[in-house]
Amino acid sequence: MTLDTGTELLHRAALPGEPPRVRLAAEHVRLAYDEQVVVDDLDLELTEGSFTAIVGPNGCGKSTLLRALGRLLRPTSGQVLLDGRAIARTPTREVAKVLGLLPQTPVAPEGLTVGDLVARGRHPHQSWLRQWSRDDEAVVAEALAWTDMSDLAGRPVDALSGGQRQRAWISMALAQGTDLLLLDEPTTYLDLSHQIDVLDLVARLHAERGRTVVVVLHDLNLAARYAQRLVAMKGGALVASGTPAEVLTEELLAGVFDLEARVMADPVTGTPMVVPVRRLR
Amino acid sequence: MSVEAPAPPRLRPGRVLRAGPVSGLLRWQQVVVPVAGFAVLVLAAALSMGRGDFPIGVGDVLRTLVGLGEGPQQFIVLGLRAPRVVVGALVGLALGVAGALFQTFARNPLASPDTLGITMGASVGAVAAIVLSGGSSAGAVLGGLGVPLAALLGALVTGALLFALTWRAGVDGYRLVLIGIALWSAGTALTDWLLTNAEIYDAASAYVWITGSLNARTWDDVLPLGVAVAVLLPLALAAGRVLGVLQFGDDTARGLGVRVSAAQAAVVLLAVFLVAFAVSAAGPITFVALVVPQIAVRLTGGSRPPLVASGVLGALLVVAADLVTRTVLPQALPVGILTAAIGAPYLLWLLVRGRRRATL
Repeated sequence: MTLDTGTELLHRAALPGEPPRVRLAAEHVRLAYDEQVVVDDLDLELTEGSFTAIVGPNGCGKSTLLRALGRLLRPTSGQVLLDGRAIARTPTREVAKVLGLLPQTPVAPEGLTVGDLVARGRHPHQSWLRQWSRDDEAVVAEALAWTDMSDLAGRPVDALSGGQRQRAWISMALAQGTDLLLLDEPTTYLDLSHQIDVLDLVARLHAERGRTVVVVLHDLNLAARYAQRLVAMKGGALVASGTPAEVLTEELLAGVFDLEARVMADPVTGTPMVVPVRRLR
Repeated sequence: MSVEAPAPPRLRPGRVLRAGPVSGLLRWQQVVVPVAGFAVLVLAAALSMGRGDFPIGVGDVLRTLVGLGEGPQQFIVLGLRAPRVVVGALVGLALGVAGALFQTFARNPLASPDTLGITMGASVGAVAAIVLSGGSSAGAVLGGLGVPLAALLGALVTGALLFALTWRAGVDGYRLVLIGIALWSAGTALTDWLLTNAEIYDAASAYVWITGSLNARTWDDVLPLGVAVAVLLPLALAAGRVLGVLQFGDDTARGLGVRVSAAQAAVVLLAVFLVAFAVSAAGPITFVALVVPQIAVRLTGGSRPPLVASGVLGALLVVAADLVTRTVLPQALPVGILTAAIGAPYLLWLLVRGRRRATL
């Protein structure tokens, strides 16, 4: 068994000429913490094999939206659909076999080794009797090897550097074997080279493993470089959606981020690159 | 694309067990610690049953236990002395497992039935039954229940309060500890108030109960506790697998397909029931639930207090402490005093020696 078994059968790629299938969708969702409405009447569709970055200023509701897409937060109205089925009415264990998520700065219990952490990714596939099958072992070994963490498998997670720790968590998400992956600011607290390292890994998951990826990112230049599609949010609403070149315009930066900026081509990748001038207002 | 994994030497520290559809992982410490603990427990229990006004050798005690004893010995060991030891072992087992459940769930080693006020709730019930039984009509009803039942009721009511006050579409470990400490304070105040108003004779017998004692236990005390452990222990062990994922926090656990609220409710209720029955049988034997899981996790390694090892070591601590109070010390003390006296220095030694912080 490889990491991807089972999923190809259920979710074949779209044939040429056929529109790509919608895997995850938000329909008129309203999201609130207690009484405070954070996101209102938002629609979003995420198609098979896409790599989407959600961007926006602090407090715009992007992490809240991601939590709702990952069924961590239940919409007060509207619904989230996973493969056309209401995610709130799908058993959470079934969801966990298709959709994996990495919360912002997750915490591992003290003393837990990298190998143990990655092995926990198999939880949705295990039962009380079947706690460590050959499949589990093979998948965990492969997830560790693929993320270059095999040598660190016996090391406690709390003894790792920030970049290694994030790799370990991504390795766990990989071992979970889901074909959708939601990541909430996976580059927080990392220096630039480790940010690149983590995003390269996510990009490989997308390109080589065919994962459908949704990531919340703060850094617009990195978002533009890695994602195929950007979704910009402001004040709990979706403001723009499209390719990085379509979304990252000087007008949008002024409107969404209150930022006067120049947008030029990234000399390395040709994707849009934001050079800030000053904060407006 | 599939990358060939070059079979890393040790993925997880443990031995793979597979038989038909059953599979699992075990570290050797997870087997050795409970087995060794159990062997020492049997020895301590036999020693304990041999001690008394009519001394019996360990060999004779063991022979009697497997049904080869003679008349008077059989009566003394099985009829008089065994219930005390069995109650002690079951209480220690229940407290050890409950402590491991609370600490893992709350991700906080401070979370134990002592600090969460549950044992204090049992004390309120028991002391009220002792002190008020002669007075008002409500007191007479309480006194009529008997001390064990009143203690059980006190523990369960406190547990229910703790659960109701902490519950907000799930249980937050930090909130649980804070509310537990508040309940503990309220319970302490209530117990003190009852004691200051009590007759001196009642107050003395209430004090003995509050420190936790195994004196004068009979098979009647074993039965309810034994049934409770027989039901609750398998459930607790079944919850162990989910516990390892709950440890990651709500979001990650939900992401891995755990129904977090239901799992949390199950874990807290199991722990509350285990403690309630234990305390009702022997009084609040303090420190066992707090210290034993921490000792167990340091002996077995791993990331959380192991349930089986915590149970066995808890039983061992209570039985050994009871043995020491009756033999080594010049005067017999309630066992609860000694569990704290043995447990606390040992935990301190482990904390000073180990590199591990006092967290989960």
